[in-house]
Amino acid sequence: MLFNIGRYFILLKRVFGKPEKFSVYYKQILYEIDSLGIGSLGLIAIISVFMGGVITIQSAYNFTSPFIPLYAVGLGTRESIVLEFSPTIISLILAGKVGSNIASEIGTMRISEQIDALEIMGINSAGYLILPKIVAAMFINPFLIVISMFLGVLGGYLMGVASGACSSYEYIFGIQSFFVPFNIYYSLTKTVVFAFIITSVAAYQGYYTTGGALEVGKASTRSVVYNSILILIANLVITQLMLVG
Amino acid sequence: MIEVKNVHKAFGDRMVLNDISFVFETGKTNLVIGESGSGKTTMLKIMVGLHTPDQGDVLYDGRSFTSSSEKEKQQVRKEIGMLFQGGALFDSLTLEQNVAFPLDMFTEMSKSEKEDRVNFCLKKVNLEGRNKLFPSELSGGMKKRAALARAISNEPKYLFCDEPNSGLDPRTSLVIDALIKQVTEDLGMTTVVITHDMNSVMEIGENIMFLYKGNMWWQGSKKEILTTDNQEILDFVYASEFLKQLKPRKH
Repeated sequence: MLFNIGRYFILLKRVFGKPEKFSVYYKQILYEIDSLGIGSLGLIAIISVFMGGVITIQSAYNFTSPFIPLYAVGLGTRESIVLEFSPTIISLILAGKVGSNIASEIGTMRISEQIDALEIMGINSAGYLILPKIVAAMFINPFLIVISMFLGVLGGYLMGVASGACSSYEYIFGIQSFFVPFNIYYSLTKTVVFAFIITSVAAYQGYYTTGGALEVGKASTRSVVYNSILILIANLVITQLMLVG
Repeated sequence: MIEVKNVHKAFGDRMVLNDISFVFETGKTNLVIGESGSGKTTMLKIMVGLHTPDQGDVLYDGRSFTSSSEKEKQQVRKEIGMLFQGGALFDSLTLEQNVAFPLDMFTEMSKSEKEDRVNFCLKKVNLEGRNKLFPSELSGGMKKRAALARAISNEPKYLFCDEPNSGLDPRTSLVIDALIKQVTEDLGMTTVVITHDMNSVMEIGENIMFLYKGNMWWQGSKKEILTTDNQEILDFVYASEFLKQLKPRKH
């Protein structure tokens, strides 16, 4: 384990080395924003709308006490989505989708000698392949999460009103009540940290793949497992630091 | 000229290369031949810096490569072109993007200059007009030719070819051999070809090094290889029953 941690940080040092040509890296970053970010938008939208709806119905189902006003359904839905669902659960989903994609892409490049080809050309392969992915994810993921928050709350409204769990007025009043702007800052901070973890850990797993197709599959699986664990640990640490500490 | 000096390499207890010294001459097609597992690929990887030797040095026109800094190594690598066994073309790029890749990274050429250079290189390997194809749309022989076009696009001083004929039919192998010989002569490069294909040896072997169990066993030209009395190299050259029948008999 210590070997892997050490090698991960050595790789990061190479990743953040001086780029050979900024214009090429800039193009790569734009490509990765499209590939990693925009390419995930559809999945995020579907999951957010449905999860928002489910959170609203579950909240209404549990708020049975006459002392709890129905606008608490909207309030609870908003807080659940902003604080935890969008930044953490969506990041876990992205760890599966984007993380496995990165690990298998770079792993395949390793076993088919494409990374060796870059090295022999005199290109810092770690920088060229990984840096644009890290920068792109850290830039685009906050936008994806904000969109997820919006769609989650919207899904909650649609399902809440359609199912009769609460009225339109109560839900809208709820989502406007007791709003703490710091919570958005907290969520987006988490998102940026998770984006770094997802891309760098997945790239590490792919970059040091040896063998054949079977090992690429294993690297992809390891990337999802380690990413999920690291995201959960980072979530706990950031929450402690920002909301309690 | 590339000079390999007293190179040793072991993986664990297994000695892979034992005190190898050889001079790869400029403007010639230099071949490294030997059986599978004789250390050819390790030798190539040491020469291009993918492996570090336990002892010894590799010199590019007198410049020490092995003991140089990472920055100096990168400078030498910009003068290297390499044709990989599997081609190693970038899957996400078209043929022209693959060939233009070294130009994008290391030159300040204008778009039209790059286009001209890409078309020149593709024409050189008989792939003109295939610019927009992706590697997945190419046959094995075309991939090798495309990889050769990428290897020469930045006008390298040194060209390395790792088993350029593996997986190809005899006719396509001859085409690849002829291309390697032609670009070596046209561009005045120092070319190093790793192979165990006897057809290649007889077609393009101007300066041959024979590796046997990690040792430098024999060196010479394609003419000399047929007249040598070195038993290990004779076993390698006349490995098949068909070739044994063609072996000249001593009187």
